[in-house]
Amino acid sequence: MKSKRLDNYGKINREKIFSFSWDNKNYYGFDGDSLASALLANNIQIVGRSFKYHRPRGIMSCGVEESGGLVTVGSHDRKDPNVRATTQELYQGLVATGQNAFPNVNFDLGEVNNYLSRFFAAGFYYKTFMGIPPFEWGSGTSIWMLFEKIIRKAAGMGKLSRLPDPDNYEHANDFCDILIVGSGPSGIAAAKEAADKKLDVILVEQDSILGGDQIAETDFDFKSARDELKNLGVRIMNRTTAFGLYDNCVLGLLERITDHVGEKNENLPRQRFWTIRAKHIIVGSGALERHVSFNNNDIPGVMTVNASKHYLNRYGVLTGQDIVITTNNDSVYQTAQLLFQAGAKVTVLDSRKEVNLEENISDGIQIRFGSVPYNIKGSRRINSLEIADASHSPYKNIDTINCDQVLISGGWSPAIHLLSHRGVRASWNAENLCFLPGDTKENITMVGSARGIWNKDDCIKSGIAGTLDAMNKMGLPKTNYFFPKEGGWKNSIKPLYEVKYNKSRSKSFVDYQHDVTADDVRLAHREGFISVEHLKRYTTLGMANDQGKMGNIIGLSLMAELLNKEIPEVGTTVFRPPYTPISIGALAGRNVGKHFRPLRVTPMHQWNLDNGAIMIEAGLYQRPWYFPKKNETLSEAYIRETTIVRQSVGMCDVTSLGKIAIQGPDATEFINRLYTNPFAKLPINKTRYGIMLRDDGIVMDDGTSWRLSENEYLMTTSTAQAGKVMSWLEELLQVRWTDLKVNVTSISEQWAAAAVSGPKSREVIQKCVEDPSLIENEKLPFMGFISTNLKGGIPCRIVRISFSGELGYEVYIVSDYANTMANLLWEEIQKFDGCLYGLEALGALRVEKGHVTGAELDGRVTIEDAGLEKMASTKKSYIGSAMRKRGILDSEDREQLVGFFPVNKNETFDAGTIVCEKNNIKGFGIGRITSVTHSPELGHWIGIGFVKGGKAKWENTTLIGSDPVRNKQMELQVVSPHMIDPEGTRMHA
Amino acid sequence: MKEVQDQIRSCTVNMIRIKCPYCGERDHSEFAYGGDASIKYPALDASKDEWTKAIFFRENIRGFQKETWHHLNGCRMWLEVERCTLTHEIKSVKPCHPELQKIMASSK
Ligand SMILES: [Zn+2]
Repeated sequence: MKSKRLDNYGKINREKIFSFSWDNKNYYGFDGDSLASALLANNIQIVGRSFKYHRPRGIMSCGVEESGGLVTVGSHDRKDPNVRATTQELYQGLVATGQNAFPNVNFDLGEVNNYLSRFFAAGFYYKTFMGIPPFEWGSGTSIWMLFEKIIRKAAGMGKLSRLPDPDNYEHANDFCDILIVGSGPSGIAAAKEAADKKLDVILVEQDSILGGDQIAETDFDFKSARDELKNLGVRIMNRTTAFGLYDNCVLGLLERITDHVGEKNENLPRQRFWTIRAKHIIVGSGALERHVSFNNNDIPGVMTVNASKHYLNRYGVLTGQDIVITTNNDSVYQTAQLLFQAGAKVTVLDSRKEVNLEENISDGIQIRFGSVPYNIKGSRRINSLEIADASHSPYKNIDTINCDQVLISGGWSPAIHLLSHRGVRASWNAENLCFLPGDTKENITMVGSARGIWNKDDCIKSGIAGTLDAMNKMGLPKTNYFFPKEGGWKNSIKPLYEVKYNKSRSKSFVDYQHDVTADDVRLAHREGFISVEHLKRYTTLGMANDQGKMGNIIGLSLMAELLNKEIPEVGTTVFRPPYTPISIGALAGRNVGKHFRPLRVTPMHQWNLDNGAIMIEAGLYQRPWYFPKKNETLSEAYIRETTIVRQSVGMCDVTSLGKIAIQGPDATEFINRLYTNPFAKLPINKTRYGIMLRDDGIVMDDGTSWRLSENEYLMTTSTAQAGKVMSWLEELLQVRWTDLKVNVTSISEQWAAAAVSGPKSREVIQKCVEDPSLIENEKLPFMGFISTNLKGGIPCRIVRISFSGELGYEVYIVSDYANTMANLLWEEIQKFDGCLYGLEALGALRVEKGHVTGAELDGRVTIEDAGLEKMASTKKSYIGSAMRKRGILDSEDREQLVGFFPVNKNETFDAGTIVCEKNNIKGFGIGRITSVTHSPELGHWIGIGFVKGGKAKWENTTLIGSDPVRNKQMELQVVSPHMIDPEGTRMHA
Repeated sequence: MKEVQDQIRSCTVNMIRIKCPYCGERDHSEFAYGGDASIKYPALDASKDEWTKAIFFRENIRGFQKETWHHLNGCRMWLEVERCTLTHEIKSVKPCHPELQKIMASSK
């Protein structure tokens, strides 16, 4: 076969020459070429190797349905695998390589798979992983896992660069009255009509130029078509794919911005991901030409008929010299004539007996009616085509035609994908042998050949009708309109899906991309996978990245034949977005790296960093993790920090706690309904620890509430639940208890807070306030708070509260003064050889005390489980009080909060360890460890967690901690969770 | 032709956008779904059975249902929305709180 560039054909810009590299060799093409047309112009026929069998493959189409020309474009970190050569625009310096081949596509060692193909038939994986009958030998063993790796390496497509994507991607939104998908005759007609009616129109075209199938017409000028639409005010989005249609006329678009340019402009995103909301959507997405299954129908040189016309009239490339066109419909004759006029020898095989041709066909074109393609001879290129008599079944070879190209048309399938995304089932049209779009009540109108209309004039009429239909559905003044009938060929199409080869070991491909053959479909049928969905999964038919654009209907027809049913009875598979593949980067947009999610920092963030903090993420917040001295490790630092807090004093940024102002005459009643413990008589200037349950009786969050005045409270929540609690309070007040006169305001970011903990904390605070006497034990007892001034007259609130178990205070201040407060406190703390401490030490201190946090209150725990039943009032009703003792929540057998010591004090353990009885180490065990730390005071590792029956049941029994993930086991002793100062004398000091 | 434009602007388009009575029409990503708005929560001291019904028993409606949405990244109002579970069409939006309903109605 020889393909070549012709001088007087095509719409490429011959003034602009591009050099490009294919498999490390340099070639030339023109501005306006696709990579595929440039390869064909250079007579490069083998461009890829097939998925399973590594058979040589060539360019098979000229569009998105391409199954042969999947190549890798770009290099290094811009390497992009599985790019369709047919849709990749050529640019200066483009680098492309063949894929799934070693060493290259021309000579591929993997071709051995072609001769081992009986091992790679459909269902190969499923069968091998079940073992080899009759004894299921090897089932589930590592041998097969090993094989799987080897096989997977041999089968496949392009390879990723495995490097970070250097490009930017953008997300964008837009709106319009009518969005039109496709710029073929119907789409352009619809756009003109809509623009004429002064509607806001967006016209989307996946190609770089407008026109759709018209581009292959000599007299169509895509530039003037574009200019005309632009002048009418149509917003044109070329190089943009409508990949998905979603609820309520929301359309997903992918705009390719720099994929067609060699020199990347760093200021431009590579692609833009659009969400467009239209009032109406007109889909003129065209139709795709099908092929026919017959033996060796994948040899390089096989192509759809219409593709050849596009290569000729758009790119000026004659794809073969000695061409056989095989067809079952009228659509090929114009192409036959064009190819003949361009200098090729043309033979047409028409499977139909009699055809009444309208067009003037040159006498030089030989037409053989009643004949079908039977077998291609050749392996790396076509040598000849064996043909069979269409009416003689079983088929047999009756003649052989020498040729270098076989063009196939097995009929046309409307591109109904976008409508299918909306769940609209297609309906089979037996007259035109295709699925037509089904009816929808949504504001979507199908036009042109996507509607099954083949005739150009009718396509134009349908486009105009589409706009009138849209206006009608939008409630604009009614205009009469009608859609032309589908079809439009003079002679009817005759079914032809497979020409069955009678010799064994046939390779009649149905789905080229996944190497699914007609025999695979028959195998699936024999083995009972007859439902379309099963057929698809068993053979992987239609599961390649083209989603079966060319092969699906052949597969369906084969199954229909085997089942003795009609195609519509067998059904059709549902198409899902995306229409063509989308890069992950486009989906992520700018939400990558630091922008993956919002970052929250406290007003003391920089202060913490300046003082040596290593940060850790706590939800969205950055919080100090530990403050290492010189070469300290995390463990060394937190153990030091913990020790200093217990011996002297330390300070920790606790700003991330949720803070909610609760105000109003019914504030007390509101708070009393929220918490499980009584709040009705909380005195002014006192604070109380409280537990909130969910409606279903499970613990939601814990925190404190301070009574600022008669009708005013400040509530604190855990960092993790701050947002959720705020929404919950708003819901209760706006939806459920609308009679309560209460207002809630989030003041989490308005106030900064620092915890000062340790035996010296009172002295530190006293040094920092204007009136030290207010901080005396009597004036500010445990769980009391005051509003006072820090030195320098800075108003603050100081609450005496302890999470560490030591004498402790939290100082709250307006965020703007956070650094002033931190400096003031830190200066005094240093005088006591105190320290700054982070989240790790905070955790160690609270685990030693058995205080629960989110690790324990994980949404499965009741107030009893957490050992906090004393906080559940029996004298009042509150959220969750009715449900907290229901059924399973009231069982004796529930897990209860306990502490854990390792029996061997040198051993360590991790959170997540499963707690088991000694001789029954399996499954979920009888409990779990939720938080662990080294306890400097006790001198060994400790943990808290849950165990069925609690401390009472197990305190004298050695249990086993099982950590299968880290392959560890240790003996555990169950102790009280309150491991240090259980009486609380220190915090009351 | 200006009237054509006006007609188009005023015609209802069903997109997944919620017309917050306070903020105007906003994308649903600004909102958080609440739950079934038709549930009447019992008194706190009501029986376990009543609470069980209120919390766990839900209709699986095919068509329009009343549900609550929280304008989380907006005015923080809790809204009662009538939405079709098949098409996402939204028939009505109003504040859950009856006083806010009155205020919103009178300010129109
Ligand atoms: Zn709002």
